Amino acid sequence: MSDMIRRYGFTLTSTFCLLTAFWLLVLVILPNLYLFENSFRPYLPVVDIGGPKDVYTLKNYLTFFDSPIHISVFIWTVVYSSIVTFICFVIAYPLAYYLSKVAHPRSLPTLFLILTIPLWVSEIMRSFAWFIILSLKGPLNILLIDASVIEKPIRWMTGFRSVLIGLVYTYVLFMLFPIFNAIQSLDTNQIEAAEDLGSPWWRTHWRVILPHSKPGIASGSVMVFMLSAGSILVPTLLASTSSRWFTEIIQQWMFESNDWNTGSAYAFLLLILCTLFVTAVMRTFRVKLSDIAR
Amino acid sequence: MNRKSDWLFRAYLVIFLGYMLLPLLVMGGAAFNDSRFPSVFPWVGFTGQWFVELWNDPRLLNSFKNTILVALAVVALSVPIGTAAAILINSLGGWARSTLYSLMVAPILTPGAVIGISTLLFWNRFSVPSGLHLSVLGQVSYISAFVMLLVLARLQSFDRSLEEAALDLGANHPTVLRRILLPHLYPALGAGAAIAFFQSIENFNVTLFTRGPYDTMTVYVFSKVRSGITPTINALAVILIAVTLTGAIAYEIARRRKQARLDALGPPPSDDE
Repeated sequence: MSDMIRRYGFTLTSTFCLLTAFWLLVLVILPNLYLFENSFRPYLPVVDIGGPKDVYTLKNYLTFFDSPIHISVFIWTVVYSSIVTFICFVIAYPLAYYLSKVAHPRSLPTLFLILTIPLWVSEIMRSFAWFIILSLKGPLNILLIDASVIEKPIRWMTGFRSVLIGLVYTYVLFMLFPIFNAIQSLDTNQIEAAEDLGSPWWRTHWRVILPHSKPGIASGSVMVFMLSAGSILVPTLLASTSSRWFTEIIQQWMFESNDWNTGSAYAFLLLILCTLFVTAVMRTFRVKLSDIAR
Repeated sequence: MNRKSDWLFRAYLVIFLGYMLLPLLVMGGAAFNDSRFPSVFPWVGFTGQWFVELWNDPRLLNSFKNTILVALAVVALSVPIGTAAAILINSLGGWARSTLYSLMVAPILTPGAVIGISTLLFWNRFSVPSGLHLSVLGQVSYISAFVMLLVLARLQSFDRSLEEAALDLGANHPTVLRRILLPHLYPALGAGAAIAFFQSIENFNVTLFTRGPYDTMTVYVFSKVRSGITPTINALAVILIAVTLTGAIAYEIARRRKQARLDALGPPPSDDE
């Protein structure tokens, strides 16, 4: 700190500190603390706020634990977000390996330009694209019928199937890029050494490349899980009535019931879920937060 | 790496690229198909009417204007905040650094819905009504982290003795910042501003909870999708894709020209990160 004052002077240093404090305190910490506090307050009409009925209560959380439907939606959200994360890893890992170690380095900028095109298109447009493709009279069904693979159109948007398809498509790149970065930092000599010593390809991956790409996998998993569990667009567009997502219930509390207190309790549950996931990933992969977010 | 597996990898890459791009083509194609439901099969006929309908929608232009205003405000706030935070954290060490770092990257790992709701509730407590200003604050809370990470990475290659030399030669503090540090950071600041701008345009989750009665582009599209689907949404998608793609390609061409100039000047640096 004293070094900073010496370099930038008192005024500039305090400006830096003030900006950072504004960000962390006013935009991040205090709103989240207030969310936490608010989730323990009852939902009251405006006149009763601050009155004798305005006491701390666990009622909002009990609403969740008393509702088997909400609990099951929560659990399915966790399960399917984990499945999405796993599928993304399975799809992205071979590609990340190919791009970082096999493909010609000269072709990489072009490939990456093409790969980032979907990221330039907003999430809502990408899920909308799948809405068109998967609809009953959509291109996929007509194509399959024309090719005589199926006879009657398939209703794709039942259950969680279409949500899975949409989420994997939307977030797979968030898995690809971190793993690519991680594998790229591996010395190719190590792969060659393993091969020279007679290791079959799968063991080279299992013992050399996969361990080295752990920070990338951790980072990708955290991002994909968080984005999937917190996604609002994909489930709203692609889910059916039988497959509800936890964020949809949060939305109901906020907009339909106008019960912001229960809404904040549910939002807080989502936050806890993501925090637990980050912690679990950091433990399993033995990485630090600074390895995950880079 | 033997030939057979190389061939397999190539096929896989092509399939993956198709998987990434074909849905976008389907969506783009549907914008020109003369059918009330957006689709490419069956192809009814070529039409431009969806673009005309889109242009005649006053809500669209309004939401477009709002989106740009929010994005500019987010850039204006998050770039200075992220830069200040990166400079601050770079001069710290030990537990202070790791604690601050965790706090700063935490918003990236927080679901947008949580950010949106906490921002809405917090400001509502001080009787600030919801609206686009809250969307800006909510978005800044996590977009600043992207800027911070970019600037922090750039700071690693900064030679601090330059600042000391400037100070020894009698430069005052603002001059050191303006003439020594900021010019070194310009690439990161530019990239940070671009990322902040596009993140803000794409944002939906935070905006949905904080926007109040106002529309942004994503919210507008969302409400259109819910109220009844017509190919006007596809027409909008085509325009957006065209604009961003032109931008991306122009950026890439500029980057390659610059790279070619650098290559022509002398041997490339050993590490280009």
